[in-house]
Order: sequence, then structure tokens, then C-alpha cells
Amino acid sequence: MEVIYGTWPWYISGFLIGMVMLALLYFGKAFGMSSNLRTLCSIAGAGRFADFFRFDWKAQRWNLAVVFGAMLGGFVAVHFLSNGSGVNLNPITVEQLATMHIEAPEGKLAPDSLMGFEALKNPKTFIILVAGGLLIGFGTRYAGGCTSGHAISGLSNLQLPSLIAVIGFFIGGLIMSHFLLPLIFR
Amino acid sequence: MKYIKFILVGFVFGIVLTKSEAVSWYRIYEMFQFQSFHMFGIIMVAVMTGLIGVQLIKRKNVKDYTGAPIAIEPKEKGFARYIIGGTLFGLGWAMVGSCPGPIFILLGAGFWGAGVILLGALLGTYIYGLLKDMLPH
Repeated sequence: MEVIYGTWPWYISGFLIGMVMLALLYFGKAFGMSSNLRTLCSIAGAGRFADFFRFDWKAQRWNLAVVFGAMLGGFVAVHFLSNGSGVNLNPITVEQLATMHIEAPEGKLAPDSLMGFEALKNPKTFIILVAGGLLIGFGTRYAGGCTSGHAISGLSNLQLPSLIAVIGFFIGGLIMSHFLLPLIFR
Repeated sequence: MKYIKFILVGFVFGIVLTKSEAVSWYRIYEMFQFQSFHMFGIIMVAVMTGLIGVQLIKRKNVKDYTGAPIAIEPKEKGFARYIIGGTLFGLGWAMVGSCPGPIFILLGAGFWGAGVILLGALLGTYIYGLLKDMLPH
């Protein structure tokens, strides 16, 4: 059953992600994951400090249900649908990672040195994760969407603002990956 | 339970993003290094599928499950917010290898680091909410 337990091919995965977006349209909603961050801030009481969080978050409960399902999906996929044969990177990528002291994946989705429980005790790792999160939260809300809202939903609907945002995603990503990560993980 | 269909859609999304490894820090790094077609293929096919679906919806006036017409809101016009916000998000995406969907998916899958990224992302969203009116849009 390597078909299920190994890496799913890009053409199957891409098709299914497109169908997820269309399914949400059929249910009268729009696909976008980063708006849940705003909803969670509102639930936590951020509306007392900024107008931006004073909105009818209860109308967004459907999206929190999508998030809950996605968390379950991640749990099931990692614990019941994987055999450790995945994440076969380009060998050149693996060599480059070694120069940054990052271990080869060997079936893992993320480096233990970044995402593992033990790694969180290292203040440097903790700061990297918080800083990355800050950029993601601030950037997606400023741009009004992330990979799902702009790259998938927006480009599918031929939206120019989404194209500008996606170009921004790649400007930022290329700067980080080529110039900053080698400094951070030196 | 009116939320069950949304949980199911999310469940499929979580499985697909995990099994395609789009939630993987490694795959995001490989993509930004242009050393694999995998991630580009996923995004391209997802957009092509969406594009065909959206065109069909518009041309055939497809109704949603309640029978109401499907209305897709256009994005607000602008430039600064999209290029600046987009670049900031791209920096974070390549740094910790997660966009907002995968943060939750990885958390569900038991990656502790994703919990810290989520805290950072909530804080970043909160800071945006405080500064919104001072920023160029």
C-alpha cells in the first residue's frame, strides 16, 4: 500500500486541494486559513484593545470547524497513514542542509532540532519559532490572506491583488531561504 | 450537526497536506531552493483545478447547497499591503516552514514546535490589529 503510505504525488494532492476550495464554495464559504488567527484573537478578548478584533466571530465558527478537521487529518495522516518512507528530498538539498547542521529528514516532516519537544528548551530555537510565527501572523493579516486565501482561492479567481501577494510570498521566501537561513543556522 | 461537513472538508485538507508533505519544513526549503518540482506542481494543479471550477461556477451559475447563487468576493484593490504583507509572510513561511493551515495540521499531528509558531502567529495578528490604521494599505 505504498500508494497510501508514501508521498502522495503532486498531481493528486494539487487536485484534492483545489477540490477542498471548491467544496467550501459549494457550502457557501471561502477557503482561507489565516483568518482563523484573527478569530482566535477575538475569542481571546483582543477586541478590548483594537477595533480590528470587534467583529462577529461567531459567524466564523465554520472555519474553526475546518481547522479542527485539519488537525484531526494531520494526526491520522502521521500516525496511521505513514510508514516513514516519505520526504525524499533532492540529495543536493540534503547536502546543503548538512552545512547548516540540519539533519536529513529520514521520513520526518520537520527537523527535530526545530520542531521537537527537546528543541524548545533551546532559547535560540524558541526565538526562531516565535519570530517565524510573528512574521506569518502579521504578514498574512496585512496582506489579507495566505497560501490558501491568495495563492489558491485568489489566483483561481484571477485576482490581481492575489498575484501581487503571491509575488511577495516568493520575494520574502527567497530572501529567507537563500540569505537569512544560512546566517540563522550557521 | 451543521458543522460536520466543515470538519470533514478540514479532515481531507489535513490528510492531503500531510501526505503531500506540503506541511514539511524540508519541502518548503527545497521549493525555495528550486531543487524540486513537487511543491510547484501541487500549487499549479490546485490553482488549475480551482480555476476550472470557478469558471464552471460562473458560466453555469452553479448554486450552493442551499440553492443560493455562489458569490465569490473579489479582493480589495491595492498594492502596498499585498507586496509588503506578502513579503513579510514569505519570510516567516520559509523560516519555520509553515503557512497558517499547516501550523494547525502540524499541531494536530503532535509537533510541539507548531504550538510555539501558533503563539507567535497570534501575537503577530494582534500587533497588526493594533497598528492597522498606521500602515499603508
